[in-house]
Amino acid sequence: MTEGEYMQLGFLVDLHLCMGCKGCEIACKVENEVPLSTWRLRVKYVDVGTFPETKRTFTPLRCNHCENAPCERICPVSALHYIENGIVNIDKERCIGCAGCVMACPYGAIYIDPETQTADKCTYCAHRIASSMMPACVVACPVEANIFGDLEDPASNISKYIQRHRDVQVRKPEKGTNPHHFYVGASQVNLNPLASQREEGYNLFNKITHLPLGGHHE
Amino acid sequence: MIHDTLAATHAVVTLDIPLPDVFWGWYVTMNMWAKSIGTGLVFMLFLLLRKNAKEMDGLRTPTMIVSFVFMNIFLLFTLADLHQPFRMWHIFFYPHWTSAITVGAWMATIFVGLEFVMIAAMIRKEKCLLTKDSTAFFDKVLFWVTLLAIPVTLYTAGIMAEASARELWQMPTESAQMILAATLTGSAAIILLGGSKLSDETKQFFGAILGLSALMAFIIYMSEYIFGGMKSEETAAILAYVKDGGEYASMFWIGQWVAFIIPMILVALSRVSKSNSILSLAAILAIAGLWVVKHVWLVIPQLLPLS
Repeated sequence: MTEGEYMQLGFLVDLHLCMGCKGCEIACKVENEVPLSTWRLRVKYVDVGTFPETKRTFTPLRCNHCENAPCERICPVSALHYIENGIVNIDKERCIGCAGCVMACPYGAIYIDPETQTADKCTYCAHRIASSMMPACVVACPVEANIFGDLEDPASNISKYIQRHRDVQVRKPEKGTNPHHFYVGASQVNLNPLASQREEGYNLFNKITHLPLGGHHE
Repeated sequence: MIHDTLAATHAVVTLDIPLPDVFWGWYVTMNMWAKSIGTGLVFMLFLLLRKNAKEMDGLRTPTMIVSFVFMNIFLLFTLADLHQPFRMWHIFFYPHWTSAITVGAWMATIFVGLEFVMIAAMIRKEKCLLTKDSTAFFDKVLFWVTLLAIPVTLYTAGIMAEASARELWQMPTESAQMILAATLTGSAAIILLGGSKLSDETKQFFGAILGLSALMAFIIYMSEYIFGGMKSEETAAILAYVKDGGEYASMFWIGQWVAFIIPMILVALSRVSKSNSILSLAAILAIAGLWVVKHVWLVIPQLLPLS
């Protein structure tokens, strides 16, 4: 067995540190050439409280690289597949664009690339990891809110972080997906989409138009 | 419930651009609707064979052709809904067997192939498989095709169950709804196809299947409508789209009335008045209404933000 077979890569975001600068979002866009109107990683802003007692929370959202990934299970052609370090990767050449993975992912992390007409998502920058580099979003974060490493190695930064903090959470644990993506300092507002309202006119950017995705939609 | 948290926090999303919502639109509705008719007709043909084989005369080929046509409509819309339709062959060369999509694609292909063989045998009047004539061959193969029609009908429910993000689609509820959709539209289609070839008694028999399928499907939808949200806040949020003031409330009720409630009443009336015209009207409404029912149930879970 190689060393990689024991490795299980994971992510942790410390929301106490995140200041919503979107540096990670931009770095991801540039690194992976993510087309307009789609995102592998995005930062959600939620405003809490009533004026003047208000505060803004920031939550980076990306693929959770679940241990029990619904997208991998439903993919009819194994375009979505595990690689030995635990990353759920995607083979865009094999994808038939059925959108089964889009329907299965409880985190809304998978999109159809309008240029290739195939599914796409965060791969934890698998190509960079293969060259022993950190994911682009980790490098770009000015406050080191993104902690990335081997969950199987008790000496890794991420394992130590998880051991040190009591409020480590994942999104939608009830789905049984066993995400390899954790949050520290999160509340329901950060992690549960039903815990905040989406009111037209409140968004900083309204009336966003999306590029046509092909196929047929409502 | 999270609703209480909302009242306390007044949390409002001020910046988030969720990915576009409805990925499986009316092409997938067409897929499910056409497949219900295609497999449902096979179920009904098999029942007719068991109940009164004499009435099969003159119905075998046309019924199987109509089923074959609807199965091809189902396959066509499945293909058209793919973003990369020319890669469909990947399903056969790189199959991933944990996926209900893969299993379904293989079974549906075999099913349609068998239907083609049965139609060809009837048209060419060739005997095969140690049978004395093409009719005997048809009846022999029909048993196996009917068995295969069960998983072909059910696999879409498997896909919906594997769609973990869509809380509304639960197993075994969706399985029951898929089978009932097939018996509803299958009985409706054979009533319309049967014409003068079916006796009044047989028509009433299929009418009873239609009425009971409508009743059971309606009960399940109403059970989910009323009780679905009591244990899952995600389901409650999804069902809000078909409740008072919901975006799909009108369409939901139009579907329930046209597919289930009115056909149930018409089937009862046709039994009392012994009217085939009323029964035919019930059949047309059930087939048309089911499209609306399926569409609403397909779309509403996709409207809920996942992040």
